[in-house]
Amino acid sequence: MVENKKYVNKYNFAFIDEATKREIRRKLLKAVAIPGYQVPYSSPEMPISRGWGTGGLHVTLSVIGKKDVFKIIDQGSDASVNACNLREFVHMMTDVKTTFDTSEATLIQTRHRVTEEELNENQIYIYQVPQPEPLRGVERYENKTRQMHGEADYAKMWVSIYESFVRHGDIMLYAGYPVKVNNRYIMAPSPIPKWDIPNLNQSKALHLFGAGREKRLYAVPPYTTVEPLEFEDVKFHTEDFTGLACFKTGYKKAYLDELYFDNGERHFVINDSNFLDKLMEHSPLKQHSNKYIDKIEA
Amino acid sequence: MSRTDDNWLLRVRNLTKIYGEPNENTLNMTGPLFNSNICPETDAIVACANISFDLYPGEVLGIVGESGSGKSTVVRLLYFDMEKTAGTAWLKPYNNGLANILEESNQKKRFIRNHLMGMVYQNPRDGLNFRFSSGGNIAEKLIMAGNMNVGQIRGRASELLEKTEVPVQRMDDRPSSFSGGMQQRVQISKAIANNPPLLFLDEVTTGLDVSVQAKVLDLIRELQQDLGIAMIVVSHDLSVIRMLTDRTIVLKDGRLVESGLTDQILQDPQHEYSQLLVSSLL
Repeated sequence: MVENKKYVNKYNFAFIDEATKREIRRKLLKAVAIPGYQVPYSSPEMPISRGWGTGGLHVTLSVIGKKDVFKIIDQGSDASVNACNLREFVHMMTDVKTTFDTSEATLIQTRHRVTEEELNENQIYIYQVPQPEPLRGVERYENKTRQMHGEADYAKMWVSIYESFVRHGDIMLYAGYPVKVNNRYIMAPSPIPKWDIPNLNQSKALHLFGAGREKRLYAVPPYTTVEPLEFEDVKFHTEDFTGLACFKTGYKKAYLDELYFDNGERHFVINDSNFLDKLMEHSPLKQHSNKYIDKIEA
Repeated sequence: MSRTDDNWLLRVRNLTKIYGEPNENTLNMTGPLFNSNICPETDAIVACANISFDLYPGEVLGIVGESGSGKSTVVRLLYFDMEKTAGTAWLKPYNNGLANILEESNQKKRFIRNHLMGMVYQNPRDGLNFRFSSGGNIAEKLIMAGNMNVGQIRGRASELLEKTEVPVQRMDDRPSSFSGGMQQRVQISKAIANNPPLLFLDEVTTGLDVSVQAKVLDLIRELQQDLGIAMIVVSHDLSVIRMLTDRTIVLKDGRLVESGLTDQILQDPQHEYSQLLVSSLL
């Protein structure tokens, strides 16, 4: 973007020029209209390099308004480097209010996690996506994968899951577990852990995905069915934290991080930093509810 | 089985495949009379032209001819591996034979391929995915036909491998670690996984040694007798044709030059080229 010396403000509101924003919004509308379909878009230059969250940033900057409250997390944390830098950048370019509080935010950008706290209908949830193509592992050519999506020809994907089960006794896919959206497109939910996958199903919030390096946008509209790929007799399951609990709160129904202390002790702590803070403050909380979380004893 | 006008399984009319840009003389200036399938005016290559035949349920039809005569092109067109230039084909079990299967959408073609047809290629690499296990290859066909139960898939796969005499304990090995004969058997298992009424065999025994050839041919004949699958067998090997087929068509330079009962063609060939073919039999 060319620095503007003619006007009072050096940059346009939200950095990207209006014409490009409009283009991205148009592509987002298309993405929302066809849930799970990857829409190509311009992916304009940003002051950070592609592959470092530009896709999420494009989406954020083109949908953000002056009244929005912005939150950004990186691997569940509000305070990690990527999150801090992008938060500062968005704040500089828009002057919107930023927050750590999940329930207060209207616009949440994320890398690799869905918040533990339930999302609501007024929120837009934006993902930074490194690899938008779920079929890349089984088919390396883009023209082929696009055709496979077009014709809903997903046999190869299913066979790879079958093979994984046959070889290892379980479906060996972790972060970014492929999902079927609205019973049509197979979608890569960005590398969120399997723990978060059920929370996309019938979610109240709008989920937007931006892959800057690969120049693709896609979306899961509110109240859309999102199902992980599974066979009738070989089922999807979330990460198993049986017997483990957060060492700060004793809480068991959240995604846990493994920590090693200087004395060699191993502990687990809740990955979602805002959720952890709220638990420790005993603030009111409404967690996502799904059949996998509900099974766990508190 | 009586062969009335109405009980055909596959009906093919004027099947044509031309590479390059043909003009109005292309078809008139190529063929067995000119001993060439290259158009002298436009250099278009006529792989096959105006091929018409009927196939009846449970029948085995042979296609013979020298290399380059268009044998494989015919079955590959019918299996949707390539796009036809012209022609029509109807398949009875699909839409009661009312729709031209060559003009259907890709999605419908895939349905036909997965539910109503099977194909065994000369080279197992064309028919099998060597990155998947042999069980996975069979699973692919079953999954495409809508089976989403791993237990059932594995049950059916081992049943098929047993039938084709591949050791079931090698189900989870990749076909790349198999011998050529075993790879061909896995391919056959995959092709018949969904009990298709129609099976294409494209030079299945070429490249196998004689004893394995005999076993594979035995297997095909058994399957044909047990399951009553109609087959189109493409081969340049007349002994394969004699052993497997009821009826034969002879291709030369992309044209159908003779058709009739296999025994008749082998003992009393009418067309000049068929006579040459039969007399060249060692």
